[in-house]
Amino acid sequence: MSTTTPTPSTVTSLAVRSGRTIEMLLLVLAVGIVTLAYVAVNLTVTGELPADVWWHVGIYSALAAGLHVVLRLRARYADPLLLPLATLLNGLGLVMIHRIDLVPGQLGTSGVASRQLLWTGLAMAMAAAVLVLLRDHRVLRRYTYIAMALGFVLLLLPMLPFIGETVNGSRLWIRIGPFSFQPGELAKIAVAVFFAGYLVSTRDALSLVGRRVLGLQLPRARDLGPILVAWSLSVLILVLQRDLGSSLLFFGLFVAMLYVATERTSWIVIGLALFASGAVLAWRLFSHVQSRVTLWLDPFAPDQSDQVAKGLMGLAHGGIFGAGLGNGYPYITYYANSDYIVASFGEELGMVGLFALLMLYALLVERGLRTAIGSRDGFGKLLAVGLSFTVALQVFVIVGGITRVIPLTGLTTPFLSAGGSSLLANWIIVALLLRISDAARRPISERRQDPSIDAAERAEAPR
Amino acid sequence: MNTPVRRLALVVFAMFTALLLSTTWIQFVQADDLRDRAGNRRTLIENYSRDRGAILVDGNPIASSEPTDDELEWLRRYQQPSRYAHVTGYYSFTYGAGLGLERAEDSLLAGTDDSLFYQRLSDVVTGRPASGASLELTIDPDVQAAAVEALGDRRGAAVALDPRTGEILAMVSRPSFDPNALSSHRLSAVDEAYVALTEDPARPLTNRAIAGDLYPPGSTFKLVVAAAALESGEYEPDTELEGGLTYTLPGTETTLPNFGGAACDPEDRPTLAESVQVSCNTSFAWLAGELGEDALRQQSEAFGFGEPLEVPMSVTPSIYPDELDDAQLALTGIGQFEVRETPMQVAMISAAIANGGVTMTPYLVEEVRNSDLEVIESAEPRTRSRAVSSQTAQQLTDMMELVVEQGSGQSAALPGVEVAGKTGTAEYGDSGAAHAWFTGFAPAEDPQIAVAVIVESATDNWAGETGGQVAAPVARAMLDAGVER
Repeated sequence: MSTTTPTPSTVTSLAVRSGRTIEMLLLVLAVGIVTLAYVAVNLTVTGELPADVWWHVGIYSALAAGLHVVLRLRARYADPLLLPLATLLNGLGLVMIHRIDLVPGQLGTSGVASRQLLWTGLAMAMAAAVLVLLRDHRVLRRYTYIAMALGFVLLLLPMLPFIGETVNGSRLWIRIGPFSFQPGELAKIAVAVFFAGYLVSTRDALSLVGRRVLGLQLPRARDLGPILVAWSLSVLILVLQRDLGSSLLFFGLFVAMLYVATERTSWIVIGLALFASGAVLAWRLFSHVQSRVTLWLDPFAPDQSDQVAKGLMGLAHGGIFGAGLGNGYPYITYYANSDYIVASFGEELGMVGLFALLMLYALLVERGLRTAIGSRDGFGKLLAVGLSFTVALQVFVIVGGITRVIPLTGLTTPFLSAGGSSLLANWIIVALLLRISDAARRPISERRQDPSIDAAERAEAPR
Repeated sequence: MNTPVRRLALVVFAMFTALLLSTTWIQFVQADDLRDRAGNRRTLIENYSRDRGAILVDGNPIASSEPTDDELEWLRRYQQPSRYAHVTGYYSFTYGAGLGLERAEDSLLAGTDDSLFYQRLSDVVTGRPASGASLELTIDPDVQAAAVEALGDRRGAAVALDPRTGEILAMVSRPSFDPNALSSHRLSAVDEAYVALTEDPARPLTNRAIAGDLYPPGSTFKLVVAAAALESGEYEPDTELEGGLTYTLPGTETTLPNFGGAACDPEDRPTLAESVQVSCNTSFAWLAGELGEDALRQQSEAFGFGEPLEVPMSVTPSIYPDELDDAQLALTGIGQFEVRETPMQVAMISAAIANGGVTMTPYLVEEVRNSDLEVIESAEPRTRSRAVSSQTAQQLTDMMELVVEQGSGQSAALPGVEVAGKTGTAEYGDSGAAHAWFTGFAPAEDPQIAVAVIVESATDNWAGETGGQVAAPVARAMLDAGVER
């Protein structure tokens, strides 16, 4: 399942080529792989190709093509790998969700794939809207504190009575009528915007002032404020919503961005120390954390959930080359199309397939970090780092949980898992990265001039 | 800010490397262990959805897989469940392969055995669905049917062997069960059936012929004692033994009577042959003391005691106890105290005597055929041990013939065929209740079939049933069905 070939053009001929043609070819490849997988799944499980297969392929191709056109018009110099990577991952997710739908009489999940396709359309439209409406990512910096407020509101929304909903012990969902939504997914974007805006203004104070102790540059007590706020925020999520995964995600995001902004290792040490103490505390206080740790150490522990064990058996069943799409029994594992979708892929595509998937993610993150390095403004740099790192961290937390690198915590797998909120959030992340990379790779001659933003940047420079 | 971004990229690299390693660990290094783990539903379904090989008796299936329309694809059916339940065992989706050949030869029937490697390879190449090997058994359906019918509703077990080869001609255990109830695809009904069977105090799932609680052999063990006596060189069939009306166990006040309180000999000096013929308790208790613990254990082991055996189901090793005091030693001479045997072991003793003193290893599977019906394994009769000399075997045969002609086993006699046998009535517990035994072979001078039958006591106290009355007729029916005339 080799999918993307490295494009030699990205750095060297940056001023000459936009990369849009390469993007188009890669998109054709991505949609082609998804189509083949879709056809294979249908033929293997049901032995026939339903008529609407070509409709679905057509819709998906149109969505990808639409985004491609938007990029041609509005972000000509955007990174050419990001869109094909997201398209491939999203498409493969759709195929696997459909494959789980096809299991006769199991779980009663049929129809998840069509809903996911609907959400995909919405999410890709949202990505297009971001690219069209947000002409310059630096505009977002004006909304630093609004983003903070928005992030808090989104995170706390599920705590409200009536619309808040507890699913599997975690209070992460809101439900209005037939629609349920996980606002935390969007919150991570708002929080990344806030961190980027906040840190770009305060980085000097955070990095330069303070005492050295044991070779570490320790910050002043009052500069510790923000990290303590972020820490208490993540602890709050942990306690109120009983969600380990999001808590870890937010805190990791903050520490990474803080480190990049200040270039001070001390922040990482402080961050890790705070996280460790929080984790130990959570372990001592909450029984569900304890059982997660127990299952991490021994997935076959008696009288515990057999979710981890079933996932492991699924992966083992796949072995090196996998059972083949449609030939495994991924539906035996709970949440086979959401939290555990990676185990489903591991079962049917094997270790080789999982490697390929992980490579796709690694490539996506790498393009994001490269965008950060190429970005000319501090805000864009920090935002790109933050957004890419959330993807990496999220993949690490969920796949690491399934494969016993760390205790299992419920998180969606970006682009793959069934769930609209996650798709929406990740496509917006990709749109933002595309926007930043467009600015980063744009030749100077074509640089957009926005007096108000440029002035703000200049004003901040001498600090 | 680019340096920390590059360092962060290294962190990301490390995170993904960890995921690649953990994935490799699970899907490559640990994969086999995880697949073989008990309760792995995927492996169960995988095995269940394969065309499992049939189990055949005389070319007719007693277990076979039939295609179905549901998700499990194949339904395991047992054609003669009441006759063959303990031979076949069961194959259940929920409980896996249990008991009998289903369990013992699971990998052959499932087609995963190494000996089927080339067939699997050709299945993959030709795109044919994988299928298991079928087993042709050594069972003689007539003998098996005779044993089942003769035992009727009584609890007990019966085994028949071909003494010349070790082929198992019949293996019956009562009460039985219906394996179809466990192989059904209605899983809730399967659960109910399984719970009912495991909780049934009559223990229908236990194969009493080879496993389960071992039985005290009672007087059938006198064959072993007599063999030890003859092999010692100090006794001949006409050697006179001490055998009065009662025997006082050494070192105790307890007296051991003969069965029914009768005398073994008018002068209280029965010969060895007479002692076997009337199953004299007092003379054998005395004889055990004379021979000693070691001689009896050695003779027991020569017949196969204490040694694991797989036919291919594993047979619980029979026990001759150790560290005996004199009273206990005397009791072992009549197959009491802690001597314990399986009906299979009892049949092997008769078979060894019938076969000139040589024990053949019992086996149940005659041929293994792959799905192309090519024979991939064919059983070869194998000598297990020499239990007694051929002279001793002949002397024992003569004594056993007398048992059936004019001794305690007359109801095993067949018209026109010389039958050799030995009865046993084995007390257990303290209430005097006793299991009824019979073992023997026929024709005595050209043995074709050796049998052992146990009929468990119908009540918890002495119901007046002896081996000669209850077990011998079952043996007779089996010998009748097994002897070619």
